Amino acid sequence: MTRGLDPRRWSGWLMILVAGMTGAAQAAEVPQTVLDAQQQRIAAIAKASEASISVFARGGGGGGSGVVVTPDGYALTNYHVVKPAGNHMKCSMPDGNLYDAVIVGIDPTGDVALIKLLGREDFPAATLGDSDSVRVGDWCFAVGNPFLLATDFQPTVTYGIVSGVHRYQYPAGTLLEYADCIQTDASINPGNSGGPLFNAAGELIGINGRGSFEKRGRVNVGVGYAISINQIKHFMGYLRSGRIVDHATLGATVTTGEDGQVVVSNILSSSDAARRGLQYADTIVSFGGRSISTVNGFKNVLGIFPKGWRVPLSFRRDGQRYDTYVRLAGVHAREELLAKVQGPAPQPEPQPKPDDGEKKEGDPQRPAPGQPRETPPPMPRPMPAPQPHGGQAEATPPEIAAMIQPKPGYANYYFNALNRTRVWDNFLRGGDFADLDGTWLFEGDLVSGGAVQVTLEQELASGQFNGSAARLDATQDLDQQSGPQGSGGLLAALHVWRRMLLLGPQRFGDVYYLGTVPLVGREGLFDAFVGTHDVIEARFMFHPETGRLAALEFWPDSAVDPCEVYFDDYRDVQGRMLPHHLEVRHGDSVFAELQWKKIDLSQAADGE
Amino acid sequence: MNSLTGPMNAGLKRNSRLTPAARLGAHGAGPMDAGRNRNSGRTPAARLAPCGAGLLGAAILALLLSGPGIGQAASFSQIVDIVQPKMVKIYGAGGIQGLESYQSGFLISAEGHVLTVWSYVLDTDLVTVILDDGRKYQAELVGADPRLEIAVLKIEAQDLAHFSLNQAVPIQAGDRVLAFSNLYGVATGDEPSSVLHGNVAATTSLSARRGAFETTYRGNVYVLDAMTNNPGAAGGALTDRRGQLAGILGKELRNSLTNTWLNYAVPAAELVPAVDDILAGKVRPRGDDESARKPLDPVTLQALGIVLVPDVLSKTPPFIDRVIRETPADKAGLRADDLILFVNDRIASSCRAVRDELSYIDRIDEFRLTVQRGQELLDVVLHAER
Repeated sequence: MTRGLDPRRWSGWLMILVAGMTGAAQAAEVPQTVLDAQQQRIAAIAKASEASISVFARGGGGGGSGVVVTPDGYALTNYHVVKPAGNHMKCSMPDGNLYDAVIVGIDPTGDVALIKLLGREDFPAATLGDSDSVRVGDWCFAVGNPFLLATDFQPTVTYGIVSGVHRYQYPAGTLLEYADCIQTDASINPGNSGGPLFNAAGELIGINGRGSFEKRGRVNVGVGYAISINQIKHFMGYLRSGRIVDHATLGATVTTGEDGQVVVSNILSSSDAARRGLQYADTIVSFGGRSISTVNGFKNVLGIFPKGWRVPLSFRRDGQRYDTYVRLAGVHAREELLAKVQGPAPQPEPQPKPDDGEKKEGDPQRPAPGQPRETPPPMPRPMPAPQPHGGQAEATPPEIAAMIQPKPGYANYYFNALNRTRVWDNFLRGGDFADLDGTWLFEGDLVSGGAVQVTLEQELASGQFNGSAARLDATQDLDQQSGPQGSGGLLAALHVWRRMLLLGPQRFGDVYYLGTVPLVGREGLFDAFVGTHDVIEARFMFHPETGRLAALEFWPDSAVDPCEVYFDDYRDVQGRMLPHHLEVRHGDSVFAELQWKKIDLSQAADGE
Repeated sequence: MNSLTGPMNAGLKRNSRLTPAARLGAHGAGPMDAGRNRNSGRTPAARLAPCGAGLLGAAILALLLSGPGIGQAASFSQIVDIVQPKMVKIYGAGGIQGLESYQSGFLISAEGHVLTVWSYVLDTDLVTVILDDGRKYQAELVGADPRLEIAVLKIEAQDLAHFSLNQAVPIQAGDRVLAFSNLYGVATGDEPSSVLHGNVAATTSLSARRGAFETTYRGNVYVLDAMTNNPGAAGGALTDRRGQLAGILGKELRNSLTNTWLNYAVPAAELVPAVDDILAGKVRPRGDDESARKPLDPVTLQALGIVLVPDVLSKTPPFIDRVIRETPADKAGLRADDLILFVNDRIASSCRAVRDELSYIDRIDEFRLTVQRGQELLDVVLHAER
């Protein structure tokens, strides 16, 4: 290309000249604002690094990164990092110490694991940020253990910008889905997995775990992905439960419609979404509090909520908008998830196992210079670190073994029992009902008008609801007795309620700690028990601070709407705190609002 | 329930220059939302005068005004918000043999001219352009310059936020840059392009690396220390730290000796004359010009001794199947497997387009064919009667 003297080019060179001169003038004296910004950055990195850990599987089984989020040592990392480590591992901190850690809970689909470091109550902990306020172009930095370089326990810091937010990355198989993740050009390399991504202020905004590679070999190409911390906040209570946590599905699939809108392409008739009125070809307007304009956007929302949560859904049909709340079902059947977790590797086909290449090449610290893969994997891949040495697993020390309780369906049942006890002990602050196994009598009014009277006994529950009577025989199957009519089983719910208060979670039946869940119309998250008794399931939601029972759901069958009872207006009755206001909901409607005027808890069990 | 359907329109059959008969997927991702109109008026505060002598003074003024010490510099996130509406996602042919069916581009006029790279992705009648706000358009190819490996598309839209090529800024080694692109096709619909940051490592010429890098481009490039040249990133915008256009992200370029990939951008100034020619219609097919007259006795492929590949697709890439011995084509040095790109500098992107273009050339006139042979571009002067 030959061209004449183009004035545009002339002006360009002159600009460079001018810029160069001003630059030289400034170089002599660095502005104070620049120095201040640098000091702020140094301080943020120093503080954030304190809470960062390197994870080493016992016996040289590989490793990765992580970050401590509570002073008593709970730490986040990737599921694919702890998977080879088993139920306990060693974690180093920049203070030069090596700590034992045990597995707490895992989210195999979201690729998150919660572990607990042992030995201190004053661990430096990262401050959790708000990943929804992260903007593209923001500075951010990753701290971690790339290529397992942290043999001196000092982590590696890589700085970059946020390249994208609310990204959706398809699952590898049905696990390791990265929904609503943060994309960064800060270097994320093998070994960074599980490590923290911080904003410029040093607040934790995500957990690094994945990168796009394809034909470039398995090193950073400027495209790393971090699981957003707001998603992990939703899952945190579930992870603390010690369970193997599942992700959610709406029970409906969506596709891009002709005009680009997100429309329902299929829906399960047994799903809560179907019961709430969602139909084939409806347009999804908003979901989980976000407006939905793409299928990826829809999947992002699905990916950030755990199975069992109720989230708002708005949809449109024939110009009419409908707003409701839907319960999210699990992505996996229980056995399916267990099989996947117990399987050999968390990276199903068609992806090659990420460890393969480096293992063969021997030295993990210099991975394959100039030898990218010939066959590119089709998707972004998780980045566990290579495994440096072969070796024997050490015997588990007894003090650690005491904190590990294997049980099917659980990563570590120890933490489920721990939380069940914690929540129940907190409840008992409001009074112990264990010796009150007599007749419980309630009298009051319907807020809509009319009198209500309910009697709860060991084998019988009966009531008068504005003149109509209902009765439950507790010696018969509870799922067949849904009175009073339209309540979905209020008497059965109250019977189950009395049973829990009397017997506690140890003797109620099979009761486990679910985690934390939202309640429609209430602020915050509530500790939840799931109890099975007879043929029914009940969920008990406790206020996290007061310990009071805030709500109860009675499920005669998982395919029908439960009877929901919301408890309020706690007052002292015979030295125990009892709710005096009950709201009873079933399906889309409020069955009744009750206000008790008189409660009598007889102590003597008559005739038992 | 673990398979939620994505927004892919599967199964459309397309053609490709590289594998004409192969079945190619085409993406139709993302919604069209005609109701929303996020556009214009969001140009950087420090704009330069449009052209000519005024430019010089305005450039210096703008530099001083936006220089350090005066006012608070905009944060990257603010810059990103200004640039994003100018970025587009492009979907076309590809989807097989590791060839991505998407690339990046950016708007260079308020009326919907899109600058992107010239690649196999554009080898289809159905090139889809999706704006930053999710609006979706079928794009028309206005023209291309294979030497610069750029193409200009046009969509039917108005009042769009855009870069002005004439206001692009030169940058130099050490300058901080932002790179906007839809790398890996991460974004769909109204999801924004990815943004990487980095510095210009060098300004240099690719021709020094002939043989190592397979490219037809011979001009200057900005070599970058950011990983800008990922799949789908080509055609993206390189801006300076203030979001002013500096160049276009080049196509993926691999050093066949070291198996390393070059991160580079083509300076905007290199593109201006070619884009001006394209916008002026100089490379458009003659058939688009209603005043064009056909001669009574035009050039034909047969007269030249050229046999093209069988024209089996709606847009069969015009590869030469064979050259008849002792014909003008043979004497001019044309060979089998040469791909015809231009006839007298007018774009001819299919067998049909080549035949049509030749029909405007009188048999007695000399004319020029531009062909691609491997990574080389060759100009061949032909005369049907010699």
